[in-house]
Amino acid sequence: MASVLLPEVSAPGFSFENCQRNAFLEHKGFPAPKATKTGTTIVGIIYADGVILGADTRATENTVVSDKNCQKIHYLAANMYCCGAGTAADTEMTTQTVASQLELQRLHTGRTVPVETASTLLKRMLFRYQGHIGAALVLGGVDRSGPHIYCIYPHGSVDKLPYATMGSGSLAAMAVFESRWKPNMTEEEGKKLVRDAIAAGIFNDLGSGSNVDLCVIRNSGPAQYLRTYEEANVKGKKQGSYRYTPGTTAVLKTKVIPLEVESVSVQQVQPMEVEPSPSRR
Amino acid sequence: MSILAYNGGAVVAMKGQDCVAIATDKRYGIQAQTVSTNFPKVFQMGPSLFVGLPGLATDTQTVFQRLKFRMNLYELKENRMMKPKTFSAMLSNLLYERRFGPYFIEPVIAGLDPYTNEPYVCNMDLIGCPNEPEDFVVSGTCSEQLYGMCEALWEPNLKPDELFETISQALVNAADRDAISGWGAVVYIVEKDKITEKHVKTRMD
Repeated sequence: MASVLLPEVSAPGFSFENCQRNAFLEHKGFPAPKATKTGTTIVGIIYADGVILGADTRATENTVVSDKNCQKIHYLAANMYCCGAGTAADTEMTTQTVASQLELQRLHTGRTVPVETASTLLKRMLFRYQGHIGAALVLGGVDRSGPHIYCIYPHGSVDKLPYATMGSGSLAAMAVFESRWKPNMTEEEGKKLVRDAIAAGIFNDLGSGSNVDLCVIRNSGPAQYLRTYEEANVKGKKQGSYRYTPGTTAVLKTKVIPLEVESVSVQQVQPMEVEPSPSRR
Repeated sequence: MSILAYNGGAVVAMKGQDCVAIATDKRYGIQAQTVSTNFPKVFQMGPSLFVGLPGLATDTQTVFQRLKFRMNLYELKENRMMKPKTFSAMLSNLLYERRFGPYFIEPVIAGLDPYTNEPYVCNMDLIGCPNEPEDFVVSGTCSEQLYGMCEALWEPNLKPDELFETISQALVNAADRDAISGWGAVVYIVEKDKITEKHVKTRMD
């Protein structure tokens, strides 16, 4: 059923169909609006038995907090996760694209994909777009050669470090790491250090806030995603209620559309024999 | 001036107990000149799925048509209804595809899962970064006012009629503090067995 209007396989990659119009609007004095940024604190460290990633959970549009509990630690594969700072949509979509490429690579080779592969895919993607994809990433994971932390910048440069910070809160977080990070820390020490680094960002950087998310990836066993590891800013309980009595709002016209409620019986179909996804090594 | 504020308009959606509500104003203007007071910005995409597309009006209509097209194809291919979460992913991809030449809309999605009846609300920025909070989402030219109203009025587990009062008062009072939103409002309350569409009386100035 392929046609010009609806090709069987749609053209891959970005579409630039609105660019001419948008440039014209800009010329007329209507500049393109700003997208959601995650003024962020994201960090990662290597400890004795793997890596720990950490992130705050605030997303902002200029100075308005647009999301108070967003997820900044993205899944890449069972053995690696990636923290994202910068333009929120870019970090989200870039990590999703790379996650799918990594899963295909894993199925093709039948092995755990090395962290190096993810770092290469990400840097190639970002370098190709010359910094226009505004994603600053902290990639962390383990493979047969041990634990790894990579810092990937929007223009496609990469740092391989034992401890890394990114985002607007990176200075606050790095101050904590520079004074307290040491090799071969225990898991408890490591989690405490990462928590403190994120907390330093939350409390000292205005672009970062809300809660602490952690992700512990050990050399053996599955990754442990600690979503809302600590609620750094507990919201006070509402003392009063502004509930309006029904009938307050003047209604001009009402229309009720009834919906047919079908009873649905779900039949479980046994899936085919495939290798379970979170296989490790 | 931002192109997102060229035509004006606001949309808000809230979760309640086994129900969701989505509300919009009815104004369509060209900067400060009001052209119409009956301009749809919220569209019904499924039996219990709504999408609001405030922003540049030409893109409101284009994106709605593209969405309807993609959704019809999905439902013909898959022979089942689209879940709100799937719909979000579809819209997110549609917007991000135009990362470097975006549509000037900031969508709001509200609906009940057709299989579990789970309430769902979501909003996005203009390049499709989804945000799925537990309480409410706002968008449009008076989003800052709406944040204030919703943060004060919303509480968990509101029943459908309580949710209607909450969302109506949030929208009406926020839009009254914005010169380019208002001029009438529509509220949709989505429950698992019915949808109630209410046209709310507002200031017309």
